[in-house]
Amino acid sequence: MAEINRVAFMQGNEALAHGAIAAGCRFYGGYPITPSTEVAEIMAYELPKFGGKFIQMEDEIAGMAAVIGASIAGAKTITATSGPGFSLKQENLGLAYEAEIPVVVVDVMRGGPSTGLPTKVAQQDVMQARWGSHGDHGTIAYVPSSVQECYDLAIEAFNMSEKFRQPVLIMSDEVVGHMREKVTLYKPENLIERAKPSVPPDKFVPYLADTKTQVPEMAAFGDGYRWHVTGLTHNDWGFPTNNPKEIEKKMLRLMSKVNECRDEIVKFETFHMEDAEIVVVAYGSVGRSALRAVRDARKVGIKAGFFRPITIWPFPDKELESMIKQGVSILVPEVNCGQMVNEVERAVHGKAKVTLQSLVNGELFKPSEIFARIKEGC
Amino acid sequence: MPSPEVIKWLRFKFFPHIWCPGCGHGVIMHSLLRALVGLKLDQDKTVIASGIGCSSRMPGYIDACTVHTTHGRSLGFATGIKMHNPELTVLDVMGDGDCTAIGGNHFIHACRRNIDITAVVMNNNIYGMTGGQASPTTPPGAWATTAPWGAIDPAFDICKLAEGAGASYVARSTIANPKQVEQYITNGIKNKGFSVIEIITHCHTQFGRKNNRRTPIDNYNFFKESSVPLARAKDMSKEELKGKIVCGEFLTGTDAPEYTEKYGEVIKRAEGE
Repeated sequence: MAEINRVAFMQGNEALAHGAIAAGCRFYGGYPITPSTEVAEIMAYELPKFGGKFIQMEDEIAGMAAVIGASIAGAKTITATSGPGFSLKQENLGLAYEAEIPVVVVDVMRGGPSTGLPTKVAQQDVMQARWGSHGDHGTIAYVPSSVQECYDLAIEAFNMSEKFRQPVLIMSDEVVGHMREKVTLYKPENLIERAKPSVPPDKFVPYLADTKTQVPEMAAFGDGYRWHVTGLTHNDWGFPTNNPKEIEKKMLRLMSKVNECRDEIVKFETFHMEDAEIVVVAYGSVGRSALRAVRDARKVGIKAGFFRPITIWPFPDKELESMIKQGVSILVPEVNCGQMVNEVERAVHGKAKVTLQSLVNGELFKPSEIFARIKEGC
Repeated sequence: MPSPEVIKWLRFKFFPHIWCPGCGHGVIMHSLLRALVGLKLDQDKTVIASGIGCSSRMPGYIDACTVHTTHGRSLGFATGIKMHNPELTVLDVMGDGDCTAIGGNHFIHACRRNIDITAVVMNNNIYGMTGGQASPTTPPGAWATTAPWGAIDPAFDICKLAEGAGASYVARSTIANPKQVEQYITNGIKNKGFSVIEIITHCHTQFGRKNNRRTPIDNYNFFKESSVPLARAKDMSKEELKGKIVCGEFLTGTDAPEYTEKYGEVIKRAEGE
């Protein structure tokens, strides 16, 4: 078995798979799709070495179903996909939100719509991450921008998924997924495991949430606790309900268990925000070009700053707003037609002029292209 | 009346059930529970999965580890559960639309893998819960709300489909023969591999009402009159078999390996490296 603590040179997809295993993931179910397939390939090779299971399912839908099933049986589970597959997974993803089943889902974003650009980078799925599955629910989604972050955020995603008992998304992209960099692999400390029942089986009420965390304890099938899982809106017993009070209680808790903890979930990175007159807000692979452009701008005396959301959901809105001074300009480069830019506008409440820099030709931004816009004042 | 052993497997808290009076699903549930009791299965180690539809509400009423999933996808969930913990006995109860229309792909691949899951397919030839639309097993010529001029689609033979796709136990019975249903479910669970038990049942509310089988008894009599044991069917011509329900065990085990056992070998190979 390979040593966990080591420095390696590998792809983002590869690091993500190793991060998942380090987090205790022992089950992968999925379907091949570019540009995410390496995650499946690494898991197929590595998981059985750890006594874990890998299964290539007949389609994306079944891949999503299998990881939810294995999670119900007690495993930490992951599946990886890209655009078309992410669309196919939305229905079962909804079941995991409703039934509160922890699972990590990776979308290595490529150009769309439809088959689009399987081998080209894009950030066109970040709104789908928030609203793709029908119905209201809280969303936790990470946007890694380096190979190291693929490893780190895979671990973080599992921790949050176990803690909040819900799906957590890693919205990687083709560049981050296929880029090779140095990465430090390590054995994570203080891994979070789902809360197991604290009462004997005859006292167990499967969806009775802890009043503080708002998350119910979860038994694995086979543990001696018999419970009912359903995608129908259910009461504390897990049984379908049409009772307005029970419906409202469940719906509000699905939202608030995430919303009320957003401060501890939200992650971001900044550079020279203290005196910035022009701020670039960028994420994922675009964050790399943007940071270089901001550094170049500083070198020529432009007071440029950089803000990079690491969680796109919950969006670090109040953190961004607190760092924005009245009258600054914000540039939002995205490899889509403008998605996160709307969140940035919402966050700053008119304090700054927000400009989208959109790129949808299948390429990644060159730092010089972002630098040129900074120089022009956006 | 159900035996005290069967009653132990019921979740009275979740009653009353949603099925119409006289629905065949009750006969199937009782037969299934007798099979579980007969096999002395542990409620804590028994998983019953389902998708969407009237039949798929069954797990809610059974005091076991139960999971009511999305339409057609239950075998994907069941596969994940069985893969992670092969010690569990896993059943999957489905309707004809759930299993052979929206879930058709999952069904044939579960058969192909020969994973140790027992699929109980309740075939009532119609989408009952949504109000009587045609399913892949609606007989040609029958009336359905989405086939108001008579169904023209050929119907699936679920047992042939299962056999062709690689299931290792395949049987068919009807709700007119509950002892046989119990026996076949028992044999299916005992089979180490993917087992399919098709049970012909009725929806007098949505199908029978418009197809001359208005009451539960009309359907029950129809099943009794139309059923032909497999042994007798072998000597009958295609013409004689038209409209008949051939009941029996079509396949009682093959030499195909079981999927989770095969994966156990994968783990041994990988761990040895």
